[in-house]
Amino acid sequence: MEISWDLFLNAIAAGLLLGAFYAAVTAGISISFGMLDIVNIAHPAFVILGSYIAYFFNINFGVDPILVSIIALPVFYLLGASVYQVYYLSFEKRGQDSLRGLAFFFGLLFVTEVGLILVFGVDYRYVEAAYIGPSVHIGIVDFPLRMLVPCLAALALFGALQLFVTRTFMGRAIMAVSQDQLALQLMAVDPIKIKRIAFGVSIATCAVAGALLIIIQPVEPSVGREYIGRIFAICVLGGLGSMPGTLIAAVLLGVVESLTATFYGPSWAPAVSFGFLLLTLAFRPAGLFGR
Amino acid sequence: MIVVNTGKFSLITIAVGAVVMAFSHWVNVDYLYFASYTILQFIVLATAWNILGGYCGYVNFGSAAFFAMGAYSSVFMHKFFPVPIPVLIVIGALVSGIAGLGMGYLTLRLRGSFFAIATLALAVVLQTLVVNWDFVGGSRGAYIIRPETLELPGGIEINYIEYLFFLMLSLAVFAIITARTIERSQLGFGFATIRDDEMAAEASGVPTLRVKLIATTISGAFMGMAGAPFPYYIGYLQPSSAFGLEYAVNSIAMPMIGGTTSWIGPLVGAILLGSAQQYATVTISSAVNLLIVGLMLVGFVIIAPNGIVGLVQERLRKWRQP
Repeated sequence: MEISWDLFLNAIAAGLLLGAFYAAVTAGISISFGMLDIVNIAHPAFVILGSYIAYFFNINFGVDPILVSIIALPVFYLLGASVYQVYYLSFEKRGQDSLRGLAFFFGLLFVTEVGLILVFGVDYRYVEAAYIGPSVHIGIVDFPLRMLVPCLAALALFGALQLFVTRTFMGRAIMAVSQDQLALQLMAVDPIKIKRIAFGVSIATCAVAGALLIIIQPVEPSVGREYIGRIFAICVLGGLGSMPGTLIAAVLLGVVESLTATFYGPSWAPAVSFGFLLLTLAFRPAGLFGR
Repeated sequence: MIVVNTGKFSLITIAVGAVVMAFSHWVNVDYLYFASYTILQFIVLATAWNILGGYCGYVNFGSAAFFAMGAYSSVFMHKFFPVPIPVLIVIGALVSGIAGLGMGYLTLRLRGSFFAIATLALAVVLQTLVVNWDFVGGSRGAYIIRPETLELPGGIEINYIEYLFFLMLSLAVFAIITARTIERSQLGFGFATIRDDEMAAEASGVPTLRVKLIATTISGAFMGMAGAPFPYYIGYLQPSSAFGLEYAVNSIAMPMIGGTTSWIGPLVGAILLGSAQQYATVTISSAVNLLIVGLMLVGFVIIAPNGIVGLVQERLRKWRQP
């Protein structure tokens, strides 16, 4: 039984680290899907794009992947804001956001993936940094720095977003737009502008999440598809638009996935998120912390 | 506009199918059968997608999953208890139809987008299941040796690929007749009310959940039917080819580009995009050709929301009333 405890504790630890990372990936979708009600299924594609940008500058210029992602934040913000502008003018304004809007994001997801395949090929890519390799041991539990550093960066990103949403004027305006767009219009605020900023912020998080992803595991263009189920499962389980809920759901999913991978084999891990999603939709569609 | 009733329409469609069959038999080139099989398969998939997506307004991103369910139920039966392909098609329809019903029951009571997200995740999970299931080949894939010829009762031998082509052609005819019949029926009007305003439909007494479940079941069943003969066509079925993203993308892009409101849109879209892809895969690379499909999808939903059929109708209207 000694070995099995060892495995169990290590799986929990790995799951906690993984969960924090999932929270960073989901943070953006929590804003766009949870608060703005924009079903951006292309979100993982932007994350993978972030991974490849980190990869490109890391391999060619030796820059730290996390640093690259922070420099890339404004670029991703502008990308997000312009995607929202197209989405608004083409679909939201005409009231066709359900069917055609979804098809639009699906097309974006697909075009990004195939575009990355054409530029970088289908081989797995990875980055190089000093913290990839060594690990910290506490008792019998291993904390690989490859997981620990992304976990800390993810928590920092998540904390910053939570502060932004709850403490700043713009963050509160985003919350307001998610609750009552008409009321905001009556206060002479342009809800479209607020939504554009919010969507920009949501895509900006992809830059960081992508860099963290490629630190944790080698990336190829279709990896993003595995994350679609995951991020929406987390978002729905946590309760739409609830940031603390998202964090808790992400850690929960990380731990259960890690336990599944340890005791039943890693090839079963992707099924966990779908189980979560279906169970949540069947029993508590509002999520753990839903309003 | 000439009004054609359902009976006449079915006869005309079957006649067109028979002409296509006779023509192919007359030409009798294997490559032509292989290439047109793919296009016919896309006609079935696009029409099936459109029954739920175009008529009801609910997006299914998991076409590949329903297609693969049909394909893998054939692989399962091939190893477990071999039966003729028409029976496999019925089995594929049952499996995928029931899966569609189940997915719909769990997610359609909620907001519209949840169904789309759940179908997207379904593909990933089913692929995980198949990869871990050794009986149907697991991640290595499964070989199905296609016989060279098929002996018909009476001792006539026909080319096996011609037989597969005939089956898929019949399925395409069947799918188009079904779609057209639904369109003109009370059920079709129910679908349209849901697409236009679900709240108003519910308020005027349309049993929306039941109507939506009928749509997901029919749509799923047709996708399963399209997948059932696939292992025999391809000869070697791998999870990555059965769950290929090109099925999900094409079955959305074809109706969207053709036009979603009537049976003719998916047909036009499937024939155009399908033949273009057959041509492009041979001449350029398959990645580039998928990129083109993706860009066309994005372009069409932004610029021409009603597809090619919509553009043509608009042009006709302007031409009639200058």
